[in-house]
Amino acid sequence: MLIFTVCGSFWLEIALKVGVLRRIKRVALSVLPISIPFLIWDAYAIAQGHWFFDRDQMLGIVGPFNIPLEEYLFFIVVPMAAIMTIEGVTTVKPHWRKDEFGQ
Amino acid sequence: MIYSDIAIVAFAIAVMADLFLFKNSLLTRPAFWTSYAIILPFQFLTNWWLTSRNIVMYNPDAIVGLRIFSAPAEDLLFGFALVLGTMDMWELWGRRGMQRDPRGSKGNKKP
Repeated sequence: MLIFTVCGSFWLEIALKVGVLRRIKRVALSVLPISIPFLIWDAYAIAQGHWFFDRDQMLGIVGPFNIPLEEYLFFIVVPMAAIMTIEGVTTVKPHWRKDEFGQ
Repeated sequence: MIYSDIAIVAFAIAVMADLFLFKNSLLTRPAFWTSYAIILPFQFLTNWWLTSRNIVMYNPDAIVGLRIFSAPAEDLLFGFALVLGTMDMWELWGRRGMQRDPRGSKGNKKP
């Protein structure tokens, strides 16, 4: 599923030259402040049993706070895919970019 | 709090922050809604995969029970908050002149 998301969005990096991966510092500073609260939520939901995972369909690697590796990757890959999507859209429709910096 | 409550809170925080905290709210711009329209079908697809195969399971007591393509309706709020929050941060750093240029980190400070 994660590989699917990567395939579905990371081609934009090459095809549209959105250059998101080349701006890794901006990516990290955008993804981490959002993914950390979501991971806290994830840890809480797992601890409370709001959701749970089929251990037979997992890699079996569980990180801190009982959060599976796939969940950590999810909260890195999905936000990056979101950034690539909006960068892809504004590359195709550059006039939508004019609001971006208030110019 | 159960999943439904937290999802509503996360959604509300993301929307409020977008409208009142960040300049040039994404929610008022076609670039965001076009991106979201692209993301949403993929979210449905991956969520359907994860839930219909019981890779991820939900405690019936933690959700309202309404399901869309086999995934809890709460996932929509969850996904919206995650996507909007990330894009808002991305735009914030862009406005502050960080790595604006797709070619990389060199020479793209605010002119």
